[in-house]
Formats: sequence, structure tokens, C-alpha cells
Amino acid sequence: MDYSSSNLFVQMGEWLSDPTNWSGARGIPMRVLEHLGYVGLTMLIACAIAVPLGMYVGHTGRGRVLIVSGIGILRALPTLGMVFLFALLFYRGVLPSVWALVLLAVPPVLSGVYAGISSVNRTVVDAARSMGLTEAQILFRVEVPNGLHVMIGGVRAGILQVVATATVVAYAKADGLGVFLVEGTQINDNGRLFGGAVVIAVLAIAVDGLMALIQKFAISPGLRATPPPAGSSEESGRQEAVASAQGGTT
Amino acid sequence: MTVPEQSSSPLPMIRFNGVTKTYDAGRPAVDDLTMDIDCGEITVFVGPSGCGKTTSLRMINRMVEPTSGTILLDGQDVSQQKASELRRSMGYVMQSSGLMPHRSVIDNIATVPRLNGVPRTEARARARELLDVVGLASELGRRYPGQLSGGQQQRVGVARALAADPPVLLMDEPFSAVDPVVRAELQEELLRLQRDLAKTIVFVTHDIDEATILGDKVAVFAVGGRLAQFAAPEEILRAPVDDFVAGFVGRDRGFRHLSFQEGRHVTVHPIETIEVEQLGDPTVSVLSPWTLLVDADGRPHGWVPQATRSSITTQAEAVPGGSLYTRGDTLRRALDAALSSPSGLGVTVDDDGRAIGVVRAAEVFDLIESARVDRGRADHNTAV
Repeated sequence: MDYSSSNLFVQMGEWLSDPTNWSGARGIPMRVLEHLGYVGLTMLIACAIAVPLGMYVGHTGRGRVLIVSGIGILRALPTLGMVFLFALLFYRGVLPSVWALVLLAVPPVLSGVYAGISSVNRTVVDAARSMGLTEAQILFRVEVPNGLHVMIGGVRAGILQVVATATVVAYAKADGLGVFLVEGTQINDNGRLFGGAVVIAVLAIAVDGLMALIQKFAISPGLRATPPPAGSSEESGRQEAVASAQGGTT
Repeated sequence: MTVPEQSSSPLPMIRFNGVTKTYDAGRPAVDDLTMDIDCGEITVFVGPSGCGKTTSLRMINRMVEPTSGTILLDGQDVSQQKASELRRSMGYVMQSSGLMPHRSVIDNIATVPRLNGVPRTEARARARELLDVVGLASELGRRYPGQLSGGQQQRVGVARALAADPPVLLMDEPFSAVDPVVRAELQEELLRLQRDLAKTIVFVTHDIDEATILGDKVAVFAVGGRLAQFAAPEEILRAPVDDFVAGFVGRDRGFRHLSFQEGRHVTVHPIETIEVEQLGDPTVSVLSPWTLLVDADGRPHGWVPQATRSSITTQAEAVPGGSLYTRGDTLRRALDAALSSPSGLGVTVDDDGRAIGVVRAAEVFDLIESARVDRGRADHNTAV
């Protein structure tokens, strides 16, 4: 593509405003859809693994040490390396990349769900049990609604990471928004490279904003409206623990 | 005293039979507890921390499983029943209300009926009735627990426990986290409710005063999970079975025990009164050393000493009075009225709050003394 200037930002602007980049199978909208497809598939698999596991550990307190160290190990894995590893081990296609992304998404979701469930006031849980709720009822009617804010926070952090990192799929298969980055680097097209990066960033912000809305409206007004009781040190300690759990996922 | 004699009355509502709870090979938290809890009564478990009173309570609804021994509820071994169903058959009130913060007050109260399959609208209608029963305005039903005061939350906790109309209520220090004024209100309220509902209530507290106010029977637990004494509160105060119980009920137990002595026979003496309107008129003089100031309805408002009569022209300048003694109330109230009064005369009022005379501390003492002598005669072996 020919640019009118050598300035990086001008090139980026021209690339983004070129109508040919906004249509067709190789255009931005199609790439966004492909990208979101990978994100969706990745999050579906990651949640299917991490949500039940996090609920189990959060509710029973069993296996806490195991998942905390497991999360640490997963976080240390380089995603791009995993993409190549899976691609070499199995076959070229979508799934190796998706599995690499799943490894990236599981830690924030798992720690969010675990922290959300275990952050629920133990007195409330004890009261629920004393009233005759079964363990499943305690989990789904008490712990999930009360821990939902933190749980969605974990999912949100996972989505944000996956949206930003799903670009690696382009290395294994020419798909998704990562294509613009790979192509931009290969043909030395800076407008394409940085234009593509901006599209990814905007998409990430938009998806995160949507999740923030869901997070806001999914929780009970009883939890939203209430300021924590003043002077309750137990309460504030609990919130610090939750905050650190959330901080760890972002 | 740990083995209650078999009574001829029907089966107890709850029977502990040699129940022991030991945590991790340590000293027992509850040691060989055997006791019967009667139907329709308030039984209070009281004792210092670590005496196993809460553990004992929580074994009734299987929140804690005994290491050995059995607990019978209405003749049935609780360990043979499904825990969640057993718990739904009993109301449970705890120290912090334990209300679910994400549900409205109404839905919190309706929890157990909903679990039992009562339709939502029906459960909510019943919950609204219960708000009224525990003395809360119906508007509060739409609020969330976080928007209520501590005392209101405890009331909701009681309403929630009553929602499925269970025959048994378990209450674990329900009033200990609220301030003393609210606590006294809640205690009154509980007694009022109990007069209508006649539930079998097991109530845990560390406060011997609360125990003697609420309990039909009081079980004093000693450290190590030993049941030290199980008797009517009057008997526990009058005749503690050992040094531990005597020490636990405290130095004021003699005074506290007066709460169980009727004051019907206290002599009420007439007293000279002066009305508030007459204070400003210097021609109205007083003859007694202490004259009682009353309003137009006859309600007492303090004292006018003869010595300073001339300087007292308004109600605000009168000497504030002590506590009031309602005619027929206990000797404790009579004595307190006399002791707290600046004149040494305990102002006595009728049920409408109108002053009808005064009582004297010395005469209350005479009554206490003669009651003691009577008891000694009736019960030779009791050290009096």
C-alpha cells in the first residue's frame, strides 16, 4: 500500500480509513469476527474447565494449595511457545492455538471463581447450612450470587488477555486480527502493523466495557447498594484478600 | 445433678443421652452430657467461653456431630435423619444475623418455606406477616439486610427462624452483638412472642442475667463441657450447686435472686405530694422533709426537699427521682426504687404510672428475711 507520508501515525490513519481494508474476507470486520470466534471458543473451553474446578475448591476448601501452585505454573508458560509446541505436536489448524490460549485464560478465571466463592462471608454460609440448605443449594443460591462480582472479574481479566493474545493464532494459521501484525511485519507495512494493533486495542476495550456492564448488572442490588459495615475489621480483611486476588488476575 | 430424674411427663422435646464431643484427641468440648429439654419451654445454656454450650446447641441440628452418645428429637435419633431436612424442622438464630446480603428482607424470611416447596407468593405473604410479628414495619421488607440496623437484622433473623413454624428454635447468642438497650427490648419481645407461640427454645448465652431473665430452665456449663447445674433460674441463684456455679452467677446473685421474689406484701406508705403548677406559688408550703412532685395526672417527676422548697419554682429545679416501683413487681425492683431514690423512699406507681405511695428499704429487707426463714422451715436441709 502506498502512503502519502513516512509518518507512522499518518500511515496508520490512512490504512484504517482505506475502504478496501473494511470489506471482503481479508477485511477488518471479517478479521474481527474470526478473532472474536477464537476468543469465544477459548473462553468457553477455559470456563468449562475453570468454573467447576474453582467452585469445587472455593466451596470445599480442598485442593487449594494444588490450584494456587497450578495457576502459578500456567502463568509462567509463554503462550507463543505453546502455540508452536501444540502446532508441532499435533497439526496445523485452529485447535493448537486455541489450546495455547486456553492455558492462558484458565489462571485468571480459576483464581477469580475460587476467590469469589471463598470470599463469601462464612457466617452467611454457616447460617444457610444451619437453615437446611443442601451443599449444592449453598453453592448456587448463596455463594455464587454473593461471589459473582469477583467471579465475573476473573472471567473479564481472562477475556482481556485472550483478546490481546489471540493474535498468535496468525502464526499457526492466517486468521484473526493477528494477520495484520504478521503481514505488516513481513512486508514492512507499518500502517498495517500499527493499524491492526489499534483495532485489537479498541476491540479489547470494547469487550471489557461490555463485561463491566454485565458485571454491574448481574449482581444483586443488595450487594451493590451496601457500603461495608463500618469498623468491621473482618470485613475489610476479606475485601483486601479479594482485591489482591483480582489484582493478581489482571 | 448431671442426671435429671425421670419425670412422669410425656417425652421431652430434646434428649441428650451421654453425648460427648471431642475434637482431635484433645480435652472434650462436651463431656457426657445427659439432659432433657422440655416442650414449650425456654432452656438456656449458659457458661464461660469454651464450656461447650454452643457445641451442644449445634449438635441438636447436626451442625456438629457428637463423638459418642445420642440426641433424640421428639423421640427420634437425629443422626438417623437427613441433616438438611432435620435443620429445616428447626429455626436457627445466630449472633450475627447471618442474613443473605443479596436477598431482600422478605426473601430472606421466606427462605425455608421456599426450600420446603411453598409457592413464592404464599411464602412472601407469610413473610410479611412475620415482619409484623417481630415488630418491624412492612416497608422494611423490600430493603436489603445491609440497609438495616443491627437490632432490626436480629429481628429479621428471628422472623426467618419462625417462617416455617418449626416446633423448635435454636438461638446461639442472638442478642449479644446489639447494644444493651436494644438487647433488653429484644429479650422482652422474645418473651412476648413465646407467650403466644410456646416453642421449645434452646438459647445459648454467656450472660447469666440474660439467662435468668429468659430461661424457664437454665443449664450452667463449666469449662471442659461439663453440665454443672440444670435447674430453674431461681434455684440456680438461690442454691448454686458448687463453687463453680456460685462463682459464675457472680457476686450480685443475692440481689439478682430478688427478681424471683414477689413484692405483693411490701407495705406502700402514703406520701405528701405537690403538683407542678403549685411550685411557682410561694404560699404552698410543704410539711414533710421530702415531698413528691407530681403532674396533673399524678405521675411522679422528682422530689422537693423541705429545706430548699423556696428556691424550687419549676419542675426542672426539682431533685430528680430514682427508679419507679410498679405495685406488685418483684422485691428487686422495690429495693432498687428505695435505694436509688434521693429521699430513700421508693416511689411506687400503679399500672398507669400514677404515684400511689412509697416503699422503704428496711421493710423490703424485713420481707426478704422472713421469706428466707419461711424457706428454711419448709426445706430443712437447705443452707439458708
